[in-house]
Amino acid sequence: MLDRLTTGLEFQTQALALRAERQRLLASNIANADTPGYQAKDMDFARALREAVGQAPGQASVTHAAHLSQSPNGLATSTRQFAIQAQTNLDTNGVDMDRERAAFADNTLRYEATLRFINGSVRTTLDAMRSHNAAV
Amino acid sequence: MSMFQIFNISGSAVSAQSQRLNVVASNLANVDTVAGPDGAAYKARQVMFQTHLMGANGQLDEASAGVKVTQITEDQTPGRRVFDPKHPKADGTGYVTYSNVNSVEEMVNMISASRSYQNNVEVMNTAKNLLQKTLQMGQ
Repeated sequence: MLDRLTTGLEFQTQALALRAERQRLLASNIANADTPGYQAKDMDFARALREAVGQAPGQASVTHAAHLSQSPNGLATSTRQFAIQAQTNLDTNGVDMDRERAAFADNTLRYEATLRFINGSVRTTLDAMRSHNAAV
Repeated sequence: MSMFQIFNISGSAVSAQSQRLNVVASNLANVDTVAGPDGAAYKARQVMFQTHLMGANGQLDEASAGVKVTQITEDQTPGRRVFDPKHPKADGTGYVTYSNVNSVEEMVNMISASRSYQNNVEVMNTAKNLLQKTLQMGQ
């Protein structure tokens, strides 16, 4: 019974952890914009999230007690890949600053959206638990 | 929380870029110097950046790639020679050797360093805002 309250939250929690992971990846790219030989990295967010929550959203992927649940950090590692370069530089640095900044802003907004979803569902649960007779 | 690592990543980049700005400043200041303390003309200096992997609790992670300055190299190209026989530092043929600093190159370096510095500061500010909002989660 109680896990029904938290399964919805579980999905958003995984998404939040993966968003934080991607934020760190993008910050690394921006930090290394002037390092010769550095290649920009990004992660396949959709695949990471799909693997983190199992096929159906909102359902935990662990189907047996002996199964190991995958940590968001491990998933972020397995779905990490090199970003495709838009143009080549002479010092073989693969950071496209415009794209990284755009991705960073995008990821920031989506992180905040996920936070808001979590806050919303916590508030909904709290509202549902409140007594009808209690003074508002 | 992996987001705290951003402060280490961007912090290392900011410190590397400020070191680069420092070197640019000393290069620009010495554009017209004829001789340094050792008597030879000033040589332009360049910083070398390298990716520096970091991670939480001693575990290195490829997602946390900071920057560090590995060494400061001296530009070995010959200095600018100007014909000025009356100059006290002129050699036997009447030429004075100035430093080999290219001021246009240094200005470009300066703009690039300050842009990168700003970008990294912005990244840290965004991370701070997000973490503050995360701390208020559920309230």
